[in-house]
Amino acid sequence: MHVGFIFLAVIVGSILFHIFTPWYWTDIASNWGAMDDTITLTFWVGGGVFVAVCLFMVYCVFKFSYKEGRKAEYKPEDKKLEKILTWATTLGVAALLAPGLIVWNQYINVPKNAISIDVMAWQWGWQYRLPGEDGKLGSTKVENINDNNPFGIILEDTNGRDDVLIQSDVLHLKNNRPVKILLRSVDVLHNWYVPQFRAKMDAVPGTITYYWFEPNKIGEYEVLCAEYCGVGHYAMRGRVFVKSDEDYKNWINEQETFSDLIARQKIIEFSETKLAKK
Amino acid sequence: MSEDFNENKTIQAQSSETISGGETGVAPDIDYVRPAELSDQDLYHGHTFITKWVFCQDAKVIGVQYFLLATFTGIIGLILSWLMRLQLGFPGAAGFMTAEHYYQFVTMHGMIMVVYFLTALFLGGFGNYLIPLMTGARDMVFPYVNMVSFWMFFVAVGVLLASFFVPGGPTGSGWTLYPPQAILEGTPGSGMGIILMCVSLILFVAGFTMGGLNYLITILQARTRGMTLMRMPLTVWGIFTATVLAMLAFPALLVSALMMTLDKVLATSFFMPTILKAGEVLEYGGGTPILFQHLFWFFGHPEVYIVALPAFGIVSDLISVHSRKNIFGYRMMVWAIVVIGALSFFVWAHHMYVSGMHPWFGFFFATTTLIIAVPTAMKVYNWILTLWRGNIRMNTVMLWCLGFIVTFVNGGITGIFLGNVTVDVPLSDTYFVVAHFHMVMGIAPLMVIMGAVYHWFPLVAGRMLSEKLGKWHFWITFLGAYSIYFPMHYLGFIGVPRRYFEMYDSPYITSAVGMNEFISTAAFIVGAAQFILIYNIVVSLKMGKPAGKNPWQANSLEWLTPSVPPEHGNWGDKLPVVYRWPYDFSVPGAKEDFIPQTTPPSEVVETEVEKT
Repeated sequence: MHVGFIFLAVIVGSILFHIFTPWYWTDIASNWGAMDDTITLTFWVGGGVFVAVCLFMVYCVFKFSYKEGRKAEYKPEDKKLEKILTWATTLGVAALLAPGLIVWNQYINVPKNAISIDVMAWQWGWQYRLPGEDGKLGSTKVENINDNNPFGIILEDTNGRDDVLIQSDVLHLKNNRPVKILLRSVDVLHNWYVPQFRAKMDAVPGTITYYWFEPNKIGEYEVLCAEYCGVGHYAMRGRVFVKSDEDYKNWINEQETFSDLIARQKIIEFSETKLAKK
Repeated sequence: MSEDFNENKTIQAQSSETISGGETGVAPDIDYVRPAELSDQDLYHGHTFITKWVFCQDAKVIGVQYFLLATFTGIIGLILSWLMRLQLGFPGAAGFMTAEHYYQFVTMHGMIMVVYFLTALFLGGFGNYLIPLMTGARDMVFPYVNMVSFWMFFVAVGVLLASFFVPGGPTGSGWTLYPPQAILEGTPGSGMGIILMCVSLILFVAGFTMGGLNYLITILQARTRGMTLMRMPLTVWGIFTATVLAMLAFPALLVSALMMTLDKVLATSFFMPTILKAGEVLEYGGGTPILFQHLFWFFGHPEVYIVALPAFGIVSDLISVHSRKNIFGYRMMVWAIVVIGALSFFVWAHHMYVSGMHPWFGFFFATTTLIIAVPTAMKVYNWILTLWRGNIRMNTVMLWCLGFIVTFVNGGITGIFLGNVTVDVPLSDTYFVVAHFHMVMGIAPLMVIMGAVYHWFPLVAGRMLSEKLGKWHFWITFLGAYSIYFPMHYLGFIGVPRRYFEMYDSPYITSAVGMNEFISTAAFIVGAAQFILIYNIVVSLKMGKPAGKNPWQANSLEWLTPSVPPEHGNWGDKLPVVYRWPYDFSVPGAKEDFIPQTTPPSEVVETEVEKT
């Protein structure tokens, strides 16, 4: 008898744990409420099946435990029951799959008004590049990266001249404006992940990957690297501030553009050569 | 001549193994079984200690060797997991624990448990011991190759463990070994460590192929008279299908290990794009890291079923025997195993939804992944429907089976979360994934292994294991493991990423500190409880209750050998003849509640047994 009671306690305990848990997802700060909804849906359907199967098992344990002299039923097959169960399961699975695919379709199709952000990852840190007034990012090449051109922008590409360069792991985003995160890495796999935004994608060296979201809650968030990238993986963090339009404008106006950087380097170069002449 | 011809024709026209009288008017022989097509297998009988116990060609000894070596390796994996949990629950408690060590332990724990413990144990251990016995063969068809298979495994384990002692230590690239980091500085063991890992995997695959071909050909060609495919125990079906998967999936692992070794040693660029390290552009260029992921998971996902299918098969047999009831829906169970096996080759990229592969793949792989849930659910229903109206013995074996059902259903359902592409996005790379796969392919198969050990130990050793110790072992393991992995899912909901050496003080992660301490404590206890089993085995080998013949009143052939434990050659002078499936339990009208597979129909004419 105690066997059934312990298994019953495990099931009831699981349900109570879920109801009273202090550990649950962080308050969402992006448009991906649909992801939370699909999780919730899957949770209730899946959790229902789990509880039903386990309760049936416990029932069997109570009801059909060994008794001397009793004979088990002899019934190798029940085609009808098997058919019902197959179709019911198929329907349940389809009901979970459909919303998943619909939301995925939203996830991979970026809205037109999204601001592109170049997120460049390396072992172990992040830096960011935003488009200038032309709204376009200049193309890049790993081989071009050096101290004078920290993002490896191709100099011939004029789209890159007004790009805003943020050589720090602190990024600011405009509230309620979709962003397209363009991920690249110069060395190994990384993943730019903010739990409150829900979304994530690997940065893969040799290619550019993307995802999008729309931050909708002003505040400060922590960026975590979510793809193992070597011994510094756990320390590869950054910060994101979601700001009101005005604060965002003030911040972005303070940032250096690629042209600014080139100009500054020319000044440095000029003074260095002047010093050398002296 | 003409008579022979007629006779052949009559036999060829039969679709089933038994023959009916036809039109001749002669009374049909209901016990007829088609005669053997081949003469008996010649076996090499060892005489010295070396040929009998070391380089032995008896599949049963090879099975035990596999079992012991896999268990030894598994204990190393267990100790590594303790060290990891020590760091996660009580950071800094182990003074020597650096991030390098932590990642090396994570990697070796994962690889050991998946490949060198679970795969070797299920296929090498149970496969070798049970296939010839359950199908009524004298041994594997290629005993010598079978022996070499084990010793290749032995060398593979040796190479793997040697990597702990090379400069730089073992690889710390995570068990998935993703390049480019696996072979670049910045990852521990990116020198000799990763090379030895690749070499060890290559040896493992080569050795495993030798064993695998044996399992397949033995099952297809060496079954005894009357043992049709649809009369095989589900254990054999599970191992058979898993071996087919292994034969098709392991080559992908082999080539990826080979290509990565070349990338490391000869600086080829299969997986290596242009890379900038410490201000220098490396000599690689043009490769793609995602190719490795496709190859790895083309192996890696079937690998999950290479572990799961034998577990499915074994647990079906255990539940049936100890419920004194036929497995419900045998044919459905067989087809479910085969369908799951086939589908498992079309779902691999569900491990890669956020890998940066083309996003359209998401639609395809989410659909195939959720389709696989249907045959899997059918298996679960059939297990609990087998319990229903059974006469369930609440012994240790059954407890492990019940524990398996709970943990497998739990882990299977979290699989539906992760397989459903959108739901995977927030949860991938978090502790939700860690909790999911430990529940479904760690704990659940482990429950089956334990049940199988308590079930078949009497056959192997001729003595019973202690039920009392067994029950302690079960409850500590089951309740402990459940309280490790059930709450761990919620860390994933919070968004705690996996493979973090330290969490620091992110506001939403600090709430998890208490839980991490709890999980670690539970992990120490569960790990320690496994030594109860080792104690139980050691003591029972000498002092256990003698098992006698067929102590569980089972029907399958392995319990029907002339001597217990079975000797080399298994069957004495005469091979057994099979007349029925192994699930004729509690047949109405039968004197006892079981009818062994070797009982001819003429002995049970008065019963309501169904023709199988």
